[in-house]
Amino acid sequence: MHELSIMENILEIAARHAQASEAAKIHRISLRIGEMSGVSLEALEFAFDVLSKDTMAEGAELVVETVPARCTCEACGTTYEPSDILAGCPSCGGYRSTLLQGRELELVSMEVS
Amino acid sequence: MSASGGTRVVVVQEALLSKNKVFSEQNRSMFDAEGCLVLNILSSPGAGKTTLLERTLADLAGTVRMGVIVGDLATDNDARRLQSSGAPVVQITTQDICHLDAAMVQRAVHELPRPLPEILFIENVGNLVCPASFDLGEHCRVALMSVTEGEDKPIKYPLLFSTADLVLVTKADIAAAAGFDRDLAMRNLMAAAPHADVIELSARTGDGMEMWYDWLRNRQRKRGTDGDTQRRGAGVP
Repeated sequence: MHELSIMENILEIAARHAQASEAAKIHRISLRIGEMSGVSLEALEFAFDVLSKDTMAEGAELVVETVPARCTCEACGTTYEPSDILAGCPSCGGYRSTLLQGRELELVSMEVS
Repeated sequence: MSASGGTRVVVVQEALLSKNKVFSEQNRSMFDAEGCLVLNILSSPGAGKTTLLERTLADLAGTVRMGVIVGDLATDNDARRLQSSGAPVVQITTQDICHLDAAMVQRAVHELPRPLPEILFIENVGNLVCPASFDLGEHCRVALMSVTEGEDKPIKYPLLFSTADLVLVTKADIAAAAGFDRDLAMRNLMAAAPHADVIELSARTGDGMEMWYDWLRNRQRKRGTDGDTQRRGAGVP
């Protein structure tokens, strides 16, 4: 349940930006979450429900854009989107690869009033 | 920017866990400045982290200065076991938090005697999921899997194993009794942890421990010269 720590962080950042723009209520929070960030969206939503209670984000909509993983094979240089973290290179079958994207955890924007 | 119904859009574009990133970078610079090699030790509960460290502290005592930071949800049992070696041990009791983060480690480091040890082991909370996402400022990640856990641990928890620099297969002395399929385990490790070195050992009999010590000495020599940290930490691309 490290999603609790992550959600705490999300609400902290959200509150800071809401105050800076003199908003009283947060209606929507948009996140980008990498497919390989190790975050469970279900647990994140649960954490949101618990932690947003009695805050200006209570009842807000949580919108998540999932960022697919993309990596480059260290053996043959092919760039591919692995179907899961254990998938080898589709060209040569190699397992050693460098991740280009897929570990993102970002608060992109919010809708406030 | 405006949106419908009297609301407006605020662009944030801020990385989550960025606070952890700040602390982990501070930690790593402090460790580097003081010549302290730091290892983040990860495994499920009961895989043998404390036993491994007990034996390591005893065997290497007098040859290298070592210290331990140990994280547990509750109790200081592990810290008390490790303190008998005479090495400095700092306990972090996380209460109900399932992982260590870089800020907790920074506070714990301030409780260690100075100068810092040459090798600092951070025994993480026994958990194969959450600790994988938190860079503590370590130089190396060491994941343990015991022969009694089943060969598929690495492919069930790929994020943690994929970020490991070394995998220690522990309790190797009872592999046969546990019905451990070594070939299958090695295949799974090759898929889930292709960047990791693998050492099989038993902290009870001492088999394989010398390879682990060689690995440590080698890392001490190489410290700061390779890009160990590039695969660390979700959310910090």
